[in-house]
Amino acid sequence: MSGILRPGAAVEMAHGGGGMATTRLIREIFARHFANPILDQGHDAARLNLPHGRIVMSTDAHVISPLEFPGGDIGSLAVHGTINDVAMGGAVPVALSAAFIIEEGLPLETLDHIAASMGAAARKASVPIATGDTKVVERGAADGLFITTTGIGLIPEGIEIAPERIAPGMAILLSGTLGDHGVAILSQRQGLAFGTTIESDSAALHRMVGDMLAAAPSIACLRDPTRGGLSATLNELAEAAGVSMTLKEAAIPVRPEVAGACELLGLDPIHIANEGKLVCICPPEQAEAVLNIMRAHPEGRDAAQIGAVGAHAAPGTPGLLRMETLIGGMRVVDWLAGEQLPRIC
Amino acid sequence: MSAKGLSIRVRGTVQGVGFRPFVWRLARELGVTGEVSNDGQGVRIAAWGDEAELDELARRIRDEAPPLARVVGIEVCGLEGQGWGAFRIVESGQGATTTAIPPDAATCPGCLAEIRDSAERRHGYAFTNCTHCGPRLTIARAIPWDRAQTSMADFPMCEACAAQYGDPADRRFHAQPIACAACGPHLWIEGAEGEPIAAAVQLLRAGAIVAVKGLGGFHLACDAMNAQAVAELRRRKARDAKPFAVMTARPEDLCEVGAPARALLESAAAPIVLLPRRGAVPDALAPDQDHLGVMLPATPLHHLLMAEFGGPLVMTSGNRSDEPQVIDNAQARETLAGIADAFVMHDRAIENRLDDSVLAMDEAGAPIPIRRARGFAPAPIALPFDDLPPVLACGGELKATFTLIRGGEAMVGPHIGDLEQAAALGDYRAMLDLYRRLFDFTPEIVAVDAHGGYLSTQMGERIAQETGAALVRVAHHHAHMAACMADNGVQDGQHVGLLLDGLGLGPDGALWGGEALRGGYRGVERVGGFAPVPLVGGAAAMKEPWRNLLAHLRVAFGADWRAAAGPVIAHLPDEARLRLAESMIDSGTNCPPCSSAGRLFDAAAAALGIYPARISHEGQAAMALEALARPFDEAAWDVAPALEWSGLWRALLGDLDAGVAPGRIAARFHATLARALAHQAAAAGAPGGHVILSGGVMQNRVLLAALRREIRARGMVPVAHKQVPANDGGLSLGQGIIAALGERGE
Ligand SMILES: [Fe+3]
Ligand SMILES: [Mg+2]
Ligand SMILES: [Zn+2]
Ligand SMILES: [Zn+2]
Repeated sequence: MSGILRPGAAVEMAHGGGGMATTRLIREIFARHFANPILDQGHDAARLNLPHGRIVMSTDAHVISPLEFPGGDIGSLAVHGTINDVAMGGAVPVALSAAFIIEEGLPLETLDHIAASMGAAARKASVPIATGDTKVVERGAADGLFITTTGIGLIPEGIEIAPERIAPGMAILLSGTLGDHGVAILSQRQGLAFGTTIESDSAALHRMVGDMLAAAPSIACLRDPTRGGLSATLNELAEAAGVSMTLKEAAIPVRPEVAGACELLGLDPIHIANEGKLVCICPPEQAEAVLNIMRAHPEGRDAAQIGAVGAHAAPGTPGLLRMETLIGGMRVVDWLAGEQLPRIC
Repeated sequence: MSAKGLSIRVRGTVQGVGFRPFVWRLARELGVTGEVSNDGQGVRIAAWGDEAELDELARRIRDEAPPLARVVGIEVCGLEGQGWGAFRIVESGQGATTTAIPPDAATCPGCLAEIRDSAERRHGYAFTNCTHCGPRLTIARAIPWDRAQTSMADFPMCEACAAQYGDPADRRFHAQPIACAACGPHLWIEGAEGEPIAAAVQLLRAGAIVAVKGLGGFHLACDAMNAQAVAELRRRKARDAKPFAVMTARPEDLCEVGAPARALLESAAAPIVLLPRRGAVPDALAPDQDHLGVMLPATPLHHLLMAEFGGPLVMTSGNRSDEPQVIDNAQARETLAGIADAFVMHDRAIENRLDDSVLAMDEAGAPIPIRRARGFAPAPIALPFDDLPPVLACGGELKATFTLIRGGEAMVGPHIGDLEQAAALGDYRAMLDLYRRLFDFTPEIVAVDAHGGYLSTQMGERIAQETGAALVRVAHHHAHMAACMADNGVQDGQHVGLLLDGLGLGPDGALWGGEALRGGYRGVERVGGFAPVPLVGGAAAMKEPWRNLLAHLRVAFGADWRAAAGPVIAHLPDEARLRLAESMIDSGTNCPPCSSAGRLFDAAAAALGIYPARISHEGQAAMALEALARPFDEAAWDVAPALEWSGLWRALLGDLDAGVAPGRIAARFHATLARALAHQAAAAGAPGGHVILSGGVMQNRVLLAALRREIRARGMVPVAHKQVPANDGGLSLGQGIIAALGERGE
């Protein structure tokens, strides 16, 4: 191929200088892969025509090592992550922006792969990348590539997603298996040789969410259990809503290969990050209908009710989130303060 | 001779134990006039008589105090005025709170004689008690210690009981839980027909499992000599190998019972005591153990059951696997449904769960506390300080306890257990609330472990926020050291501490567990410690000893460890798993370095083929290693006495290669460790100085005995626990005193 993508070529400081090299980088990589009518207008700021109503806006900075991993890469992850954050607000995503911080020396071929994957993810999700920015920093000032995406979306009439609406007796639903993303990244990063390749679950969930909300507008809360995993997400919600929650360990779906890896690693899938899963809390009488809708989507194939909301409790009380274990015990599911630092041994 | 007046003030546990009627009877016997009353500080006596009578009174108050009283101090001074009429008991006035609740106490000889005597009206009555014995903390709902505030409130006294309750000359004067068959709680059996004791015994004889509602919770009972019944209990309880305690009227049939052990068994606390096994005891009671936990019957119900059954009974906590034991009838029916064939129930509610206390005996016959609960809580522990500010210390995560400190005393709460068990966390909160009311306690300082992940730490943070108390974070091993010092009344100073346990957060943010510290309550410095070894898979290393064996071999021998390991490789998992574990170590994936002593024991046990793959309960491998070593008297291996273990591993593997018996290797391992530790202590301390021994590993009696010998041989004084456990059950005491004396961790 002619142009900047010569074999062995890498990003140079000049690519961020604002001159010809920058223009070529944007045109030959980003504009080519992201092509859509809004971006193609070529303005510094994207202009969007929106109807009146409530708008959701969310931003996420993505830093991940390795940049490419089984089941995805930082590009598709940056698209999915922000689309999901918008969707968890109960909104229909409208457009994304993307800002790139590139470390000098990143192979152009890698950048091209990632941009292609990012464009494909946005196209598949039907959410255009409407505007963007690119900066190049000196070697060592970044780790390959950082991508920040911002998304906006519109909340349909009659939808009210808020933790405060979580009430005793509600059902806690999970859209699929836990731990896939975190374990995929960890095994890739550390070169851990598990027998089978574990793939990240990175996926956009907005279409499934749209169908769920259309069928059950009284869904109280939606969250994607990313960093900190399911335990952090539910502890946060229990705290915010001032309720206790009880999970059933036997009902929580985990892929056998992920469970096996976690057993050896000494990690609990409940604390591990996911990038294509959501937790839905809804009135119990709607649980079955919502589950059926989730299961009709490939991202929700393994959806299950994993627990229920218990009584009101003072926020800040330790032990709000509990889990009935496989042997019938009831254990407190704590969130981890930062690293998975062992407490007992 | 002219009459003289004397004011006598008695401090300690002197309320609710029959102290006032005891003084009343003494005074009447001696012909002394005056009065006795309770007040906020204890018992106050005003007495008039001649000098000889008063001297006699003061002497006998000191010498003959009732069995459950714990006199801390007696102050005597002269009194003006005149005596009047007969000596009398004065009810507590307004504002004079009598808050103290004594610990639960085993049936006294008087009550035992009554239930055995067919002429007595309490013959065969399972809830007989008096001022000297019976339920206390387990039935308390609130303060003051008064029948109306206990679960006995549901049972109005009959006339006969009321008369005894009101008669100062009676052993049951003001015995709050007083009862008889006419007015008190009653016993029944579910799942069988007939008289409950007889029906239960019939089932037990047939090898069945019977749930029995005891003092502090339900027990699961079965015939201890019936190996099949014991195995079935293990299967139903999903408890693979953790030792079962046995209740027996004749412990000498099962164990060697020396005089100190006998005294401990027969004490009012009636704890489980770990004693050397002898005779034909089914192995399944305590697999791999040369000791057995035994206790005497401690309530009339247990006495009646034992008398009818005749032999020893397993009495294990009524729960599924590791959960806290159940205390409520309905909950028992539900939780124990698949485990017990029948339920011996009663209608006296257990208000507060209290597990059986457990102690071991050291080589000199002194008790080693392992679990402090029923019979000990809520008795205070005297501290070597006065005027300490009110501190609430929140303890650890496993074997959690809390401690309230005030003045010169520490009220160490009972063993609660693993706070990750939701029920235990609830118990912790409820018991803490009760203690705060019991001692009318508002903390000025809340002390917590430095580890923010402990649920007890989070609880403490929350309480500090609510009460406005200052929060102090205490490093784990400093707390262990301070706990042992306070336990022994050691004053502050520059002491050496050897703190060995599984794991705790050090002040440097690293994971500690085999530390030599120097200092005292107000601060310590680390002067040495075990070389750090990766904890392969974090807490998973606690469950799977092979992880620690691999980690130790890698640290000792580097990448070439396979060549050195020889036949030990057989105790490690398959090659694929091993490679993965090694790649975890190499990449630092969930392999935090940790200087854990507990994990060294696991590794050594695994090398000898003791549970290398998986243990079923905490300390299983280490306890088996200890038992294996016990019959042997071996010297240390000839290796450098350092806290770095490559020499030890080389010697251990050499012995294995040479075919040395595993028991001898285990003994040499203990001896080598003890020598290295004592060497470290001597290097860090001064001759004649104290060496403070704490942390859960110090419950290993083989190590403790060897360590004491080695320390004494170097001219220093070993100090080990005697009132609170060396394990994390003692942690709260240490946190509390450190915080009270003003170290600020934040
Ligand atoms: Fe500890
Ligand atoms: Mg976000
Ligand atoms: Zn008695
Ligand atoms: Zn009566």
